[in-house]
Amino acid sequence: MRMRSLVALGAMAVVGWVLPASAQDSIKIGWSISKTGPFAAGASVTTLPNYQVWVKDVNDAGGIMLKSIGKRVKVEVVEYDDRSNSEEMIKAIERLATQDKVDFILPPWSTGLNLAAAPVFHQLGYPQLAVTANTNRALEMTKRWPGLSFWLGLPSELVDGLVETLTKLQKDGKIGKKVALLAVSDQFGIEQATAARAGLKKAGFELTYDRSYPLGTQDMQPVLKDAMAGSPDTMVAFSYPPDTFGITETARVIGFNPKVFFVGVGTAFPAFKGKFQANAEGVMGIGGSNADLPGVKNYIEHHRKIIGREPDRWASPITYASLQVLQQAIERVGKIDRAAVIKEINSGTFETIIGPVKLENGLNKNFWAVGQWQGNNFYGVAPVAKQGARAPIVPKPAFK
Amino acid sequence: MLALDILLSGLILGGMYALTALGLTLQYGVARIMNLSYGEFLVAAAFFAYWCFVGLAVNPLVGLIVVVPLAFVLNWAIYHILLTPLVRRAKNRDMLEVDSILATFGLLFVVQGVMLVVFGGQYHTYSFLSIPLQIVGVTVPINRLLAFGVAIAIGLAAYLALKHTRAGTAIRAVAVSPESAQLSAIDVRAAAAFAFALGGALVAAAGVLVSMFLTFSAAMGVNFTMKALIVVIMGGVGNMMGALVAGLLLGVAETMVARLGDPGLTLAATFALFLIVLLVRPTGLFGRSVR
Repeated sequence: MRMRSLVALGAMAVVGWVLPASAQDSIKIGWSISKTGPFAAGASVTTLPNYQVWVKDVNDAGGIMLKSIGKRVKVEVVEYDDRSNSEEMIKAIERLATQDKVDFILPPWSTGLNLAAAPVFHQLGYPQLAVTANTNRALEMTKRWPGLSFWLGLPSELVDGLVETLTKLQKDGKIGKKVALLAVSDQFGIEQATAARAGLKKAGFELTYDRSYPLGTQDMQPVLKDAMAGSPDTMVAFSYPPDTFGITETARVIGFNPKVFFVGVGTAFPAFKGKFQANAEGVMGIGGSNADLPGVKNYIEHHRKIIGREPDRWASPITYASLQVLQQAIERVGKIDRAAVIKEINSGTFETIIGPVKLENGLNKNFWAVGQWQGNNFYGVAPVAKQGARAPIVPKPAFK
Repeated sequence: MLALDILLSGLILGGMYALTALGLTLQYGVARIMNLSYGEFLVAAAFFAYWCFVGLAVNPLVGLIVVVPLAFVLNWAIYHILLTPLVRRAKNRDMLEVDSILATFGLLFVVQGVMLVVFGGQYHTYSFLSIPLQIVGVTVPINRLLAFGVAIAIGLAAYLALKHTRAGTAIRAVAVSPESAQLSAIDVRAAAAFAFALGGALVAAAGVLVSMFLTFSAAMGVNFTMKALIVVIMGGVGNMMGALVAGLLLGVAETMVARLGDPGLTLAATFALFLIVLLVRPTGLFGRSVR
């Protein structure tokens, strides 16, 4: 027996097209991803490779087990390029649901596209495991759209982790109270910096420099020289990948060596380690993973083998884990019943590469807020109380 | 000391802006091709340098020797195969400009698509010549200094060549008035093809040099095209010296605003300067009235 949601039935009725009555022999999974345009760089580091690895893994294992028909069915993929454009993305998702009639849809990349897609996923009745979305309004949204879930922690939680780490270091006498704060002036940078400013001040830190710079800034020297002039113990930069690389490179060149050196998105990329080699040691950034967990360790190696390069150490393992959650939820329900799968994702406990995952009000709590390069891995150091948290290396070894 | 620091850092940043714009001023100013795929060619050269350095362990400066003539030939071929039909059927300059925008807009996606297939969409970056150098107490990385030096050298060499050689005079004549140039027995099409190809070679050199210190991805070409366009229009379309001066001016202005004011205002400063120049001199700093 095949069960289809009313939405899909309705759509079929509209186009007057009837599926062949054969038993289900595949699960159609679709996604709309930015393969071109400004989001392609992020999507092709964190999202698309994990979709590809996961599909291969599932199919190599025989497929997804459907109890209702008593056999494993392989995953069949339908992919669209949204060209980093939210209208294209929404059109693609509607097409996936109504014309391609896929059974599940994997989310697009970025906070913006995921938030834009949320009402559409909800309306079409598909679960949306929005791993690369990060917003302080997450709780409000998961209440309104139960199929939506968030995975990276709230921006406020990421900042809390950072403030917690710095507070502990300061209490242990490893750093002083002076912090230089930099942020890219777009929604991400401003939101994070606002939260960090409040949190740091509350914890008694003193901001010696507090500035934002425009997206796409190609020379970080002016900003860093002024940040350096206050001789801060800690530098915190909520930056995007090109600036994360630029800030670190420039700090090395001008010999800016604060005891804690924290940069934003991109620190967790293997390209960061590739570029800076030994100079990456001790650099902190958003995210992190516990590469000592056998699941994560095998995953990194496996990803490297299939894609030809290592995954990033923040959202990549979580993306893969979210797909494991989706698969397990489908298998527990045992048939293509999206409403039941959504219910299972929200209430079940799942065993994944990053350890057990149990959503609370649609929010994953198994995440790292702050990571640090230690040897060949970007380990999680905060939340400090989380199992597997490493003690941070402070002061960071000086750049060579 | 701060003033010197601002001036030097600003000049070096501005040198990079000028470097990435010199090719466009030739292509747009002389060949009259508003090349929207300009930035894509810059990024393609950056990828070439990346591949040399990371893939083959070859010095990107050696790559430069290979990629510049290669880019010249490629751009020459593009002009003859893709753009000559447009030049032929264009009744006037404005029509050629519109047609070339459409054609190179398509070319943009072709080049970007090839880069996506070959290198993937992710960010690429490597470290080369990222060695600090002290100049009168100001720390400067050698790779940026090199880009600055090359920009100055190319800008000056082109200026002298255009001013003092026969071919240079012909190119300037084509830039000012293709119709009259033809009457003086100048082969306008050959001169335009040469200018377009030379512009392509310059942008390839720029791509290799900036790849040493900037992070790039296949989708980033448009950022370079836009910045180059500002520099070109500000300097006066088709004027190499103008592009050089405009680039340096922007670099110093941005650095000054970042150090003395707020780094958040650098973009605003760029456009304010752009606007002022266009209000005072609508044809750009060094531009002459064409019509």
